[in-house]
Parts: sequence; C-alpha cells; structure tokens
Amino acid sequence: MGVASPHGEQDVERYGRLLDEAQAIKGVSLAKDAWRRLRRNRVAMISLWFLVLLSLVTFLTPLLPLQAPKQVDTIRAFSPPTWSTAGSIDANQVDAHFGAQNAFNSLLLQGRLLLFDDWALPSLCGTDELGRDLLSRLFWGARIALVVGIVATLVSLVIGVTYGAVSGYLGGAVDNLMMRIVDVLYSIPFIFVVIFLITILSEKSIKARLSDYGIDRITIFFFVVGAIYWLTMARVVRGQVISLKNEQFIEAARTIGAGRARIIFRHLVPNVSSVVIVYLTLTIPRVMLFEAFLSFLGLGVQPPDVSWGLLANAGFKVITPVKIYWWLIVFPGLALGTTLFALNFLGDGLRDALDPKLKNW
Amino acid sequence: MVYFLLKRLGWMAATLWVVFTLSFLLMRSVPGGPLDQERVLEPHIRANLEARYHLDEPLWQQYLRELSNTARFDLGYSYKMGDFTVNEIIGQGLPVSASLGILAMFFALSLGLTAGIVSAVRRHSWLDFSLMSLATIGIALPNFVVAGMTIILFAFVWPLFPAAGWGRWIDVVLPAFCLGAPYAAYIARLVRSGMLDVLGQDYIRTAYAKGLLPRDVILRHAIKGAMLPVASFMGPAVAGILTGSLVVEQIFYVPGLGIHFVEAALQRDYTLAMGLVMIYTVLLYTMNTVVDISYSFFDPRVKLE
Repeated sequence: MGVASPHGEQDVERYGRLLDEAQAIKGVSLAKDAWRRLRRNRVAMISLWFLVLLSLVTFLTPLLPLQAPKQVDTIRAFSPPTWSTAGSIDANQVDAHFGAQNAFNSLLLQGRLLLFDDWALPSLCGTDELGRDLLSRLFWGARIALVVGIVATLVSLVIGVTYGAVSGYLGGAVDNLMMRIVDVLYSIPFIFVVIFLITILSEKSIKARLSDYGIDRITIFFFVVGAIYWLTMARVVRGQVISLKNEQFIEAARTIGAGRARIIFRHLVPNVSSVVIVYLTLTIPRVMLFEAFLSFLGLGVQPPDVSWGLLANAGFKVITPVKIYWWLIVFPGLALGTTLFALNFLGDGLRDALDPKLKNW
Repeated sequence: MVYFLLKRLGWMAATLWVVFTLSFLLMRSVPGGPLDQERVLEPHIRANLEARYHLDEPLWQQYLRELSNTARFDLGYSYKMGDFTVNEIIGQGLPVSASLGILAMFFALSLGLTAGIVSAVRRHSWLDFSLMSLATIGIALPNFVVAGMTIILFAFVWPLFPAAGWGRWIDVVLPAFCLGAPYAAYIARLVRSGMLDVLGQDYIRTAYAKGLLPRDVILRHAIKGAMLPVASFMGPAVAGILTGSLVVEQIFYVPGLGIHFVEAALQRDYTLAMGLVMIYTVLLYTMNTVVDISYSFFDPRVKLE
C-alpha cells in the first residue's frame, strides 16, 4: 500500500479484463443443462408436449364440445364409431347428464353452453352398453387418471423422501432399524394387502364413518398407493443422503448452528432433487397403471365415476362368443397405453438428462 | 448355504407374522363383520355362527387361536362358501394358477431371451430396432390391454384360439402369452444390454481367437454372463406374474387363485382373502430365495450371505 507500483495501471486494466471475461461466462445450472440435453432427445420432447397437451385438455374438459358422459340413451347402445351424425346435449339436464360438479367445472360447463350451444362432437369412439358416448367418457376418465397419478405419487414422495433422508442422516442404530422395516415391507406382496385393505375400508359402516370426515374411496386410494410406492424412494434418497452428509457444506451448516431438521430439509433434500424427479416420473405411470388395474378389478374408482381401467373392464364384460364391441376395448386401451408410453419415455429421457454420469455423451 | 436358507426362513416367518397380524387387526377392527348381510340373522343362528367362527371369544384369544391354526396350515372355513375350507379352495385353485404362471414364465423367458440375443448380435440393424420398439410397447401397455388386443386378433379376426375357458391345452395359450408378454419385453431389454456388455470383454475375444464358431461363443460363453441381470429380475417378475394373474384370470375365466382372491375381496370373505394373502407371501418369498440362489450359480463371485 502507499508504494506506487510502476505496473499499477496495467494491473488494474488486466484485472478489469479478467473480471469482464468472468462476467461474460454464463454459469449453466443443473436444471438448464438437463433441459438442454432433454431437448435433444426427440422422443422425450414429443412425450413432454403430448403430456402437456393432455393435461391442458383434461383440465378444460367441461369446456370442450363433448357429449355428456352420463347421458343414457339405450336406443344408441353399442353403436360403432361414427364421423357423420353430430351429437347433442340437453341444456335442461346438465346436472343429470354431467353429474354434480364443483364451482370451477360448472363455470366451464356454462362457458361451453355459451360457446357451442347444444352442439357436440359425433361419437368418434362409439357408444357403450347404455348408449353413453365413449369419447366423452374417455376425457372425463382422464381427469381421474391424471389426478390419481399425480396426487398418489406426491404422497409417496413426501413419505419416501422424509423417511429416507431422516434414516440416512441419523445413521447408526436408527438407520438400521428403519431400513429393516423397509426390508420387511418390501417382501410383503403389497397389491394383495392393498386389495384386502380396500375391501375392509369399503365396508358399509366404515365407509359411512369415513365419509363423515369427507374421506371417500379415492382419498383412501391416494394414501394407500402412496403408502406402497414410497419404499424405493426411501432407499434411493437414503443412499444419496449418506453420500452427501459428510460433504463440507453440511459441516458448514452444522458449524453455524443449524438444527437437524433444518439440515435435512433445507440442505440435504434439495440436493437429492434430481434423483427424486427421475423417480417421480417413473412412479407416476406405475401408479396410474395400478389405479387402472384396481378399477379394472372393480376395486378402484366406482361407477358412476369413470376411469380408464373401468372403461376397459366394461369392454371386456360385453365380449360374447359371437360378438365383440372392439371399440370399447381398443379406445380405453389406446388412451391408457399412449399416456403410459409418453410418461415412460419422458422418465427415461429425464434420467438420461439428469444423470451426471452420462454427461457429455 | 444351510445357514443362508435358515436365515431366509426366519425372515419369511417374520414377514408372514407381520402380514398376519396386520390383516387380523384390520379384519377385527371392522364393526359388524362378515356375518352382517342384507337379511338380519336370528339371534340363535347368529350365536351358532359366531361360535363356529369363534367370533364370541375375546380378541386376544381369537388372535392366538388363529395364529396357532395358521401356523399349522389350517386356514379355517371360508365365510361365504361355508362348505369349503380355505385349504380346499387353495388346493383347487393353486395348480391351475401355477400351471398358468409357469407357462407364462416359460413364454417370457423363451421370447425374451431369443429377442434379446438376436438384438444384441445384430445390433443397430432394423431387426434390433423393431424388436426393441416392440419391447418398449410391451412394457408400457398394461396386460389387460394386451389381453384385449390378442382376443380381438386371435379369437375374432383370426379365430385360432378360444377367447375364454379352461381345461384344454389350447385354452392356456392366450392367457399365458398375455401374462408373460410384459416380462418377455423386460427380459429382452436386459438380455440385450447384458449381452452388449459381455460381448466386449476379453474372454469373448479369447473364445473367438481359439477358433470357436460364433454360435458356440454366444450360446456357451456370452449368454451365461448376460443372464445375471435377468436372474435378478426374476424376483420382481414372479411377483408381477402373480399379480398379473388376478387380471388375466378374470379376463379369460381361468378358475385359479386370482379369481378367488378378487371374489373374496369383493364379497368380503375375510378368511379366504387372508389365506390367499398368506399363500401369495409364501410364494413370493420362496421365489425370491430361489432367485438369490440362482444368482450365485450364474456368477461364482457372488457369495450367499
């Protein structure tokens, strides 16, 4: 200090240049990097756009010019798919034909009546045994399928991440005990236990008592499914947390006096998010498949609600040795198949994009 | 080896006990119970029925009785099919389900292995591409959709097989195929990537260098290394085939355990449902143990703990 250096001004210039250079380099965050790699994966991108479109359409289903999903018209029973005759809805019987709706849906329905009046798309996918329009039922069923898939996965996410992170961070005897519990739960054939559980919970008096608390079958379903699918998530998160907990940033957090809960949820959990996201996208299709599976067996969503599994089951019920109503099997199957397909591809793509080991390949 | 088996047996007992206790407590915490029907029973009849199913005893006594009965493989009478014991129903259904499951496994292994090996040997060809696309479709589609498509194709459009039934060998083909198809797809993908790993290794080059025919190199040397991921997949696959059979048996009207299980669940036949849950747990556990043992067979480096 104080001593004037002959190179002083040059130094300032040099440091200034370096600073400019450093500022010109843009840091690539993990998310940005992953997004860049995901965009190069064409199949994953098509799947992503398909899913975005699907969620949008299912969100706005009441606004679309579809026929009413619950409008029984036995004269039209089992009519094959048609392009020509446009359908119609009865504006006076909206409540009966669409079922009771919440405020948001009723608003959309009114918008639909304003926009399209009573005109509706022809039965592009044919009609079922009561003459109800299959296309419209597929759309309304998609809402349940997506909601179940997402909510149940979130439940499993919350349980799995918490359990795994706590077990991994605490370590020692607690970790050992918690993981032995997971081991025992793993070897229980859960689907059978779940069916058993749902059977018991749908007993009339229990059902009545539960519905007093505002819990219906779908809510039970969310929790039951969430309660199964957390096991793998817990294991994965635990593994990650164990490898992270001795890193310096955790040490640093501990030094400045952060408590256990704070370290786990503010410092460790955000760092396992990429693994969690990958597992999330792979769990959603499995949960949706499970819902379809249970509904197919008659243990999931109950009529008059619709779900894709239920629709497929209805298609199988009317197979006779002489006649098969192919559209009742093909279209629900196609809807479920394409969605699961897209989710699987997106999950694979995300795994490739977020896995640092595959970086720059 | 003996120690390993004993340890596994111990864990199985623990798992079964957990399943039993959970199911038992859930069952008994339901108010009413299996005897409540639309028709209200006469008090005497009700008392007799309760005595038969020991529902009149205190809870802990029931629990101990049921536990010791179950430990002696006596699962009691079915609540809804009162003339049959649960053991009899299982005795009738298990052979049917088992033959269906074994055949499905056979389908899955033979189709999956062939497709996987062909794909790996002819990698990046159109054959590889189409086989692997088919495998992805097979994994994504739920088996009742596959079942629907095959029924439409092979029972109606091109009537080769019956759409439903049981008893003739031809009845088994479609259900076994539908049950095995997703697992064939998984196995094909596993075998392909396993083969690709193995084919790049030194001992394969040695095998080629000493002048073996390509067929011998692949079938004798490469395939054993590629089976390892398949072996570890067999545990989940068996579990999946067991569950899948719930749906497939219902679609094809196969009188196996699966159809009983669904019926028991829908009818709230607690004893039957509980018995079947226990049977499925045992099956699953046994198969997982077999898989672990086969692991050490395929890879001598793996030691059984």
